[in-house]
Amino acid sequence: MNQEIRMTVEETIRGVLSDHGRLAIPVESLTDETDLFGAGMTSHASVNVMLALEDAFDFEFPEKMLKKSTFESIDAIRSAVAEMAGG
Amino acid sequence: MTAMTPSGMRVGMDLVEVAQVAESVERFGERYVSRIYTDHEIACCRRDGRDSRGTTYAVESLAARFAAKEAVLKVLRPGDEQPAWRSIELHRMTGGWCEIRLSGRAAELATEAGLGELVVSLSHEATLAAAVVVGWCTP
Repeated sequence: MNQEIRMTVEETIRGVLSDHGRLAIPVESLTDETDLFGAGMTSHASVNVMLALEDAFDFEFPEKMLKKSTFESIDAIRSAVAEMAGG
Repeated sequence: MTAMTPSGMRVGMDLVEVAQVAESVERFGERYVSRIYTDHEIACCRRDGRDSRGTTYAVESLAARFAAKEAVLKVLRPGDEQPAWRSIELHRMTGGWCEIRLSGRAAELATEAGLGELVVSLSHEATLAAAVVVGWCTP
C-alpha cells in the first residue's frame, strides 16, 4: 500500500472512529496501536464501526473477520481493510 | 463483568443504552438488524407502526437482546474467537420469558466449557437495557 493511499485509508478509519467509535478520548490522540476497547469503544459501538467501514470502503466483512482483534486498533483495522482490498 | 464461583457457576451481565441502538437502526437500517439479530428476534421486536423515533422496531427490546448476547459472551469467555451475533438467540416463549438458544461456534464454546442450559433475565426502561445470564459448568 503506497504512502498516499495509506494516509487516505487512515484518515477514513479515524473519521469512522470519530463518528461511531464512542471513544472516551479524542481520535486525534490515538496512536496506530492504541487499544480501542481500552479507549472506551463498546462491543455495540464496534458493530457500528464495522458497518461504517463497510460503507466507506464498499465491502462486507466476512464472518471470520468479525472478532474483537479485527477492530482493536487503527493498525488492526488498516490490516483488515488491506486484506479486504486484496493488498 | 464475569464471575466464577467454586461450584462452577458463571455469570455475565451487560448494559446497553437504548439510544445507541436506535441510532444504529436509524443509520444502518436493516443491515444493522440483520447482522446482529436472528429472524425470530427481528419478528419479536418489529412494531406494526413507527415509534416516536420513526423506527419500525421496539428498539428497547433490541437493546435488551444485544445486552443479553454480550452477557452470553461473558459467560462463554470466547477470547478472540467471537461467535457470530446471530449464533446467540433470545427465543421468546409463549409465556413471555426468553430462553437462550445457541448455534455454531457459540454452541461449541458452551459444550467445550461444560455449560448446560443458560438462563437469562432481561430488563429495560426508556434509556437503558440490561441482561444477566447465568450458566453452570459441569466438569
